[in-house]
Amino acid sequence: MTEQLVITGVSKRFGGIVANESISLSVPQGSITGMIGPNGSGKTTLFNSIVGHHPVDGGSITFEGREITRLRVPQIARLGMIRTFQQTRIFGKMTCMQNMAISDADHGYGLAALLKPISGETRDRSEALLDFCGLHSKRHLLAGDLSFGQQKLLEFAMALMIRPRMLLLDEPTAGINPTLINGLIERLIRVNQDLGITLFVIEHNMRVIMNLAENIHCLAYGKLLASGTPDDIRNDERVIDAYLGGH
Amino acid sequence: MNGRGQIILGIVIVAAALAAPLVFPAFRAQIAMLWIMVLFALTWDILGGQTGYNTFGNIIFFGTGMYAAAVFQRDGGFDYFPGLFIGMGLGAVISVVLAAVLGSMILRMRGHYFAIATLGLGIAAGEIASGWNFIGAGSGMSPPLFPGAPGVSYIFFGYLFFGLALITFLILAWVYRTRFGLALNAIRDNEDKAEAMGLKTDTYKIAAWMLAALFLGLCGGAAGNMLGFIDPRDTAFAGATFGVWMVLMAILGGKGTLWGPVLGAFVFHVTQEILWTHLLGWQRVALGLIIVGIVVFFPQGILGWARTRWPERFGHRVETP
Ligand SMILES: Nc1ncnc2c1ncn2[C@@H]1O[C@H](COP(=O)(O)OP(=O)(O)OP(=O)(O)O)[C@@H](O)[C@H]1O
Ligand SMILES: [Mg+2]
Repeated sequence: MTEQLVITGVSKRFGGIVANESISLSVPQGSITGMIGPNGSGKTTLFNSIVGHHPVDGGSITFEGREITRLRVPQIARLGMIRTFQQTRIFGKMTCMQNMAISDADHGYGLAALLKPISGETRDRSEALLDFCGLHSKRHLLAGDLSFGQQKLLEFAMALMIRPRMLLLDEPTAGINPTLINGLIERLIRVNQDLGITLFVIEHNMRVIMNLAENIHCLAYGKLLASGTPDDIRNDERVIDAYLGGH
Repeated sequence: MNGRGQIILGIVIVAAALAAPLVFPAFRAQIAMLWIMVLFALTWDILGGQTGYNTFGNIIFFGTGMYAAAVFQRDGGFDYFPGLFIGMGLGAVISVVLAAVLGSMILRMRGHYFAIATLGLGIAAGEIASGWNFIGAGSGMSPPLFPGAPGVSYIFFGYLFFGLALITFLILAWVYRTRFGLALNAIRDNEDKAEAMGLKTDTYKIAAWMLAALFLGLCGGAAGNMLGFIDPRDTAFAGATFGVWMVLMAILGGKGTLWGPVLGAFVFHVTQEILWTHLLGWQRVALGLIIVGIVVFFPQGILGWARTRWPERFGHRVETP
């Protein structure tokens, strides 16, 4: 398998806090890769560094062989790497269908492409993806009126609308009704297998990540503690210590 | 309001607008001024309402258009009407270029920083104009006299501004239905998210401001001619009056909606004209109270309030089976 995303020695400090210390890891093309770690261990910070949200203090990041360490957020997104937010971000005063329509990237991001009425094709694809995420009956509601879990699903549907090549999902199951979590895992696997989208998933729920990911990285105190298959991670003494000690 | 309702309302307004100067000859000047107000509110709302970027500097495009047209009319050597129309076009072009240049400098700032920067630009523009001899400095400029009786000039400019407001409205109605309109709303709702989705937010914001500058530049060029005199701070770069009113009218009617700014301009202008005649000496106080009233009681504007009250009538569904 080729490595789609390669992170080499990335560090990030906030004042005195070392949020990421010389982290190196990679995400293979077509994989579902997980990232776990106690609260405050630097997982979201690493996502932010990857997508260009803030400049890193050291190290380099390549995506599909291309150096992206210094690119800005929208530029990296346009390369096909899309992230979702831990605190869920959607366009609250727009309907779900409008949220989907503005996420359609099939015609690019130029002004001329945007200055066209919303096409029937965009609408059909929006409805299909909302249906896939179980939101079809909510499609004409304002996104801000949805429950937190529904907003999370909408954000996921919006990310799919872009036809990304890699999705960085920051705790996709947090706040979702426990009875719906199995359905979400199933969807994530289908997205990975049917659409060939690589998934890099931060997850707090151990059961979820063990069922989902084929390889897992564990962070603690800003450092990469361990990497391996779910079984390796489950039985790793350092991981067990970090979780028992960290909570 | 559904599509048919809007079209019927539109036809009624157009018919009334065409008849008004003939039916109420005594109010021709106020009617012409009303359409300028509608233009102010509509153009302010592109960035201020739809995109969520409050600006107090749009007045610079109005003033720029006004001066550019007057200078062209003075130095161009054309007859009145060709001079006026070419001058308006020139003013529009300069305003649009100005919006592109200033926009690429300050539209990267977020929220209050942008608002304050635009306030500074508006004040600076007035200061520059009142110190620049080429455009009459502090003593201002007088555009050429309208050929014909004074009453006729108000009929001409009344229809000109109405036409301009109508075209602006129709273009915006179309723009807001495209994905560009959605992109502006996305920036308003969550700019970080819009960037994370790959949208070229800076480009769209600058384009939105250029669109506002285009119509304000055209409007300013004609407005200087109608008013007959250009004062750098009181007519051209009148930040404390026109510059504030455009914000208020859009908020009053309902910012971020297509009809809100139009409604706000009507209500504001009519109220203000009534106050002007009946409250001599107290207009500013009354106006100040109106401003406070708008912000306190109608933070969402008339249409915003109506929309929360009757969401179904605005096409927003609360729940679908
Ligand atoms: N913008 C910021 N400014 C200052 N400190 C920050 C900032 N972002 C993160 N931090 C700090 O960096 C550390 C790592 O935070 P981060 O959000 O990456 O953790 P996390 O692993 O995602 O935690 P959680 O599981 O709670 O989401 C924390 O100590 C946090 O307080
Ligand atoms: Mg986090």
